[in-house]
Amino acid sequence: MTDHDLQLKACALRRAMLRLIVNAGAGHTGGGLSCLDILNVLYNRVLNVSPQTFTSPMRDRYVQSKGHSVEALYAVLADRGFFPEADLKTICHYQSHYVGHPTRHIPGVEMNTGALGHGLPICIGMALAAKMDSAPYLVFTLLGDGELAEGSNWEAALAASHYKLDNLTAIIDHNTLQISGHTRDVMSNEPLDEKWRAFGWGVKIVNGHDYAALTEALSKPAEIGKPTCIIANTTKGKGVSFMENVAKWHHGVPSDAELKQALSELDLAEAKLKEVA
Amino acid sequence: MSAPAPSMFTPAAKAMAEKLGLKMGRANLEEFAATLEELAKANSNIIAVTSDSRGSGKLAPFGKNLPKQLVEVGIAEQNLVGITAGLAACGKKSFGVSPGCFLTARSLEQIKNDICYSDVPAVLIGISSGTSYGALGTTHHSLHDLAVLRAINNLTIIVPADNFETRAAIRFAAKATKPVFVRFGKAPMFNLHKPETKFEAGKAIQLRDGNDVAFIATGETAVHALLAAGQLEERGLNCRVISMHSIKPLETEVILKAGRECKAIVTVEEHLVNGGLGEACASVLMQAGISVPFKIVGIPDEETVPGAQADIFRHYGISMEGLSETALKLLK
Repeated sequence: MTDHDLQLKACALRRAMLRLIVNAGAGHTGGGLSCLDILNVLYNRVLNVSPQTFTSPMRDRYVQSKGHSVEALYAVLADRGFFPEADLKTICHYQSHYVGHPTRHIPGVEMNTGALGHGLPICIGMALAAKMDSAPYLVFTLLGDGELAEGSNWEAALAASHYKLDNLTAIIDHNTLQISGHTRDVMSNEPLDEKWRAFGWGVKIVNGHDYAALTEALSKPAEIGKPTCIIANTTKGKGVSFMENVAKWHHGVPSDAELKQALSELDLAEAKLKEVA
Repeated sequence: MSAPAPSMFTPAAKAMAEKLGLKMGRANLEEFAATLEELAKANSNIIAVTSDSRGSGKLAPFGKNLPKQLVEVGIAEQNLVGITAGLAACGKKSFGVSPGCFLTARSLEQIKNDICYSDVPAVLIGISSGTSYGALGTTHHSLHDLAVLRAINNLTIIVPADNFETRAAIRFAAKATKPVFVRFGKAPMFNLHKPETKFEAGKAIQLRDGNDVAFIATGETAVHALLAAGQLEERGLNCRVISMHSIKPLETEVILKAGRECKAIVTVEEHLVNGGLGEACASVLMQAGISVPFKIVGIPDEETVPGAQADIFRHYGISMEGLSETALKLLK
């Protein structure tokens, strides 16, 4: 699949994500749109996992530590065929396992997440298990930049470098916004790259919406013998003009009119991409 | 020089133990460590995860003999539980081992979400639990753990009374396909069971029969209940003693039977009286419409009295003498 193919797919995935949030009446719109391109690359280019191999012990593991962006994950998993797209109509509905954060009831989900600061420690356990078994699988997690205020991440950051887990990659969705506003105002955490390097990680900084850059960054460790941290610079609300870089869209649900406008913008972006082709 | 730790048993209690034929074993902590190492030698998938706690957990020999099967995470209990969960999710039989006070308070959210909600077959071991650290103070006591863990779905909770129950609990946990929590102390324990005793998670063990008072005790308080029953026998009372090693699932039938057949019930636990074994038993009885004189013996809802574990036990009546007195009061 070419970069262009993935860009076109991203338009469809963003539309699907917005529709399911409106249908659910709840969701994390801004963060889902910011990390969607990362998930698109992971599941269509990087991860050695498919609906057919999801129970294989040798599959790559992906744990979404920023579990609140579940709508982006579900849109990508449905597109990859892990479950029927029709299932997404039940998100947040009575007796549906498609609750508002990832659960292992859903095919393709490795661990139940949603409380922040949990994904990285879990992934260290997974990466250690791979090393113990001399297994080739890789372990990935996605963290929010606001999530980094949880101290458990830094306990885990120490352990990952201590054990030289070069089979582990932590991706930070660096959209610089969280529910209350700019991360720098809520709890400043910059410079992120220096912090992760100081904890013994190899660090890459990429444009989190650039398919070529994401693919290159996710395809090999930053440094031999070290875990990799990819700081993916993203735009919260990416792809919908009135949602971009606006904190209120953290968990804003579009009205009918807003959905219509958002879908129209995504249709237009898709048409422009097709023109380029 | 530090003062010698006071004995958990008065001379009279020791005499009663001898009369009942009880033999002193080793600490349940030591029994756990030996059992885990024995199992791990036969199964390389068993992994111990420690938070600078291999010494406290008596796992130094494990680490020396099986270095590839021990993961040290440093003083980082949240990370310990997350890593234990991740190992279990990838096919390892992981045992997260840390002092009960830190494991079940600092890491509670990881226990709830990473282990129980994610439903991975991990085992958590609360070492030196209850008031084992005695005079080190409340920071080092775990008198909340049964209450908070009872309120989390999908966790088997076992509090063994002696070496036999500890060994059986660890063997059960090693085979379990669901999350398990086991907690115990570090003081030497009398062995309470006959060789033919069977252990089953979720099933209580009756140590002694009788219909005057039923003592329902959990963990390392069970021996004191058994000694009290011996003392009360000398006063003409026949007391039932139940070792309720499984707090969850809780065997309700044995509680209901005691409520129907005995004149009074005394529950005993090394835990706050809020939310532990006693309140669980009361709930079972009340919902079945059984009313019987009933007393929960444990640590009251106050700042725990300073002192060694033996001092604390005696202060709150978790002793042969204290439990006998409580039983007699209930029968008046």
